[in-house]
Amino acid sequence: MTAREEILGRVRQALGREPGQTPAPAPEARIRVSSIGLDARLDLFQTRLEALGGKVHRAVTLIEARDQVARLIGDSAAVASNAGLLRRAGITALPGVGSGFLEEPALREACTTASFGVTSADYGLAEMGSLVTFASSEARLISLLPPAHIAVLAKATLLTGLDELYERHPLPAEGSSSMVLITGPSRSADIEMILVRGVHGPGVVHVIVVEEDI
Amino acid sequence: MWIKPAQEQGIRKTVADRKVQLAVYSATARLKEKRAEAVSPDVFPEYEELRSQANRIKQHALENLDHYLEQFEKNVESHGGRVIWAREGAEVADFILGLANERGVSLLVKSKSMTTEEIHLNERLEHHQLEAVETDLGEYIVQLAHERPYHIVAPAVHKTRQDIADILERRLHVPREEEPEKQAMIARRTLREKFLAAGIGISGANFLVADSGAVVLVENEGNVRLCTTAPRVHVAVAGLEKILPRAQDLAVFLKLLARSGTGQLLTVYTSFLSGPRRRGEVDGPEEFYVVLLDAGRTRLLADKEKRQSLFCIRCGACLNACPVYRKIGGHNYPGAYSGPIGAIITPQYQGLARDPWLPYASSLCGACAEVCPVKIDIPRILLELRKQITESRTGGLERMAFRLYGWLMRRPKLYALAGRMAGKLARIPGLAKLGPGAAWASQREIPLPAGRSFRDEWRERKKS
Ligand code: SF4
Repeated sequence: MTAREEILGRVRQALGREPGQTPAPAPEARIRVSSIGLDARLDLFQTRLEALGGKVHRAVTLIEARDQVARLIGDSAAVASNAGLLRRAGITALPGVGSGFLEEPALREACTTASFGVTSADYGLAEMGSLVTFASSEARLISLLPPAHIAVLAKATLLTGLDELYERHPLPAEGSSSMVLITGPSRSADIEMILVRGVHGPGVVHVIVVEEDI
Repeated sequence: MWIKPAQEQGIRKTVADRKVQLAVYSATARLKEKRAEAVSPDVFPEYEELRSQANRIKQHALENLDHYLEQFEKNVESHGGRVIWAREGAEVADFILGLANERGVSLLVKSKSMTTEEIHLNERLEHHQLEAVETDLGEYIVQLAHERPYHIVAPAVHKTRQDIADILERRLHVPREEEPEKQAMIARRTLREKFLAAGIGISGANFLVADSGAVVLVENEGNVRLCTTAPRVHVAVAGLEKILPRAQDLAVFLKLLARSGTGQLLTVYTSFLSGPRRRGEVDGPEEFYVVLLDAGRTRLLADKEKRQSLFCIRCGACLNACPVYRKIGGHNYPGAYSGPIGAIITPQYQGLARDPWLPYASSLCGACAEVCPVKIDIPRILLELRKQITESRTGGLERMAFRLYGWLMRRPKLYALAGRMAGKLARIPGLAKLGPGAAWASQREIPLPAGRSFRDEWRERKKS
């Protein structure tokens, strides 16, 4: 007997179930979307993220967002993702910004030397100050390897929280192999409960929220 | 033999170690406080409702586990991943060894996983000349010290910065550094190279989502993301009880886990991973495996009463709340799991005969059940286990001890009172110095004094 058959057999025996038996109806999923207006969501998002040591910048237009990114990275090297938003804002064309990586080795190489990783985010979650990124739109290493992460987020994509996210995406695996929630800078309290930022992931997180419709 | 002399000695040593006592006491106090703030009704009014929902979902998932396991497997496969079934820990190691061999991999990176601790995966891999590096900061420190994790969410909680300075200096040959921030940066630099060179990344799983075929992982450092992104192959090792029916259930569990564990609203990173990199995605692993481990879990599943032990989401709240854990520390519990949850699952996974004293390593104060986000009735399971142990033994004292608890259990109000008293006693400073190691370690000393003083109290109450 294979391990699979044996284990499933043990499980069924333990539960008194037959192979293929339909499950009892599941308790209804609990999704409660709170109603918070868009402006309040942005304020809450900012409060939450900044409480964790992140920084929120507001930009009225994409051009303004680009200028803010340029100011943040200064003369340093940066890697930007292939997200349409970054291209439209002109961020991928900024001096010092590497972008357009389609193969992993080159992307990895660029990310290990860059000081900033610039991405967009699919959503923001106001209640916890989180960014949501799907692998289908964002390479994972850009928000992970460089010591600082800059995310550009459209204000209209700010959701209230987890409940609204899972209401919109009841099956997050459908379009992407990964959905990552990023809630503030990387941190650890493993040594004497003392907070240290940037242990493995970026210790600095900037989010530029673009207020115009994009 | 009831408790091995070495185990008893270990407990005495920990209790007498003022440095460790202080480190563990203050860290757990801090975590307790943060949890209490995070779940207080004014900031988290939905807490009790979410707990009940979490309990219901876990119960449902386990009652229909075969269905959800098959659904999970089907969905993992539909996204190009593979599920491996392992009856015992050795089969997990065999699979990973085989994979490493076929892919020509000698370096593996690991993110914190209690399940792989449970099955001694690292030792098994090292035995075959593979290097398996722990990457969670605390876990890395204990690995360098050749120890095992002290606490489910804070593995190096018993180490001071001076201890860590010693460890890093000795094992990595770096200049001595006592600042936590700088120590963390030493680890960051060293481990970064490992992440980029490793051929396989091994993770645990906080949840397995049946309707998505996804592994969900929560963390604060980014090492889990690196382990599951940088190497070409990702292997997640999980106990088969980790199943949740739907992705939507995460809206309940993620909130509970972070708040109960560390008092955070959400951990820094939450990864929902459902297979290898897809077409159009630039990075991510090219191969994705989920190893489902039994190792005693199906036996536990068969026990309707104690099945709820499998609800645990490893938040660590019961450890922080437990007066016994805080006193005897994490290393004196045999097996990977310490604290109240360890006291109930280790005996059930490994069989009751091996460490029959474990279910007695509790003052039954009820603090664990009070904080458990999935509402596991730990004291009740401890009592059930004690009952089983005494029934299988003939020793008169053991029987007496059991009868006392049985008597208490039939009187819920008295039981609650005894719990409150035990809680108070544990908080009296000084009392702890009177050899509680012995008291907690031996059946002859624990239940009787506690019971007697309780009964005395009761008699007095009746008189007045
Ligand atoms: S038993 Fe409950 S409190 Fe303890 S670690 Fe598990 S989920 Fe957390």
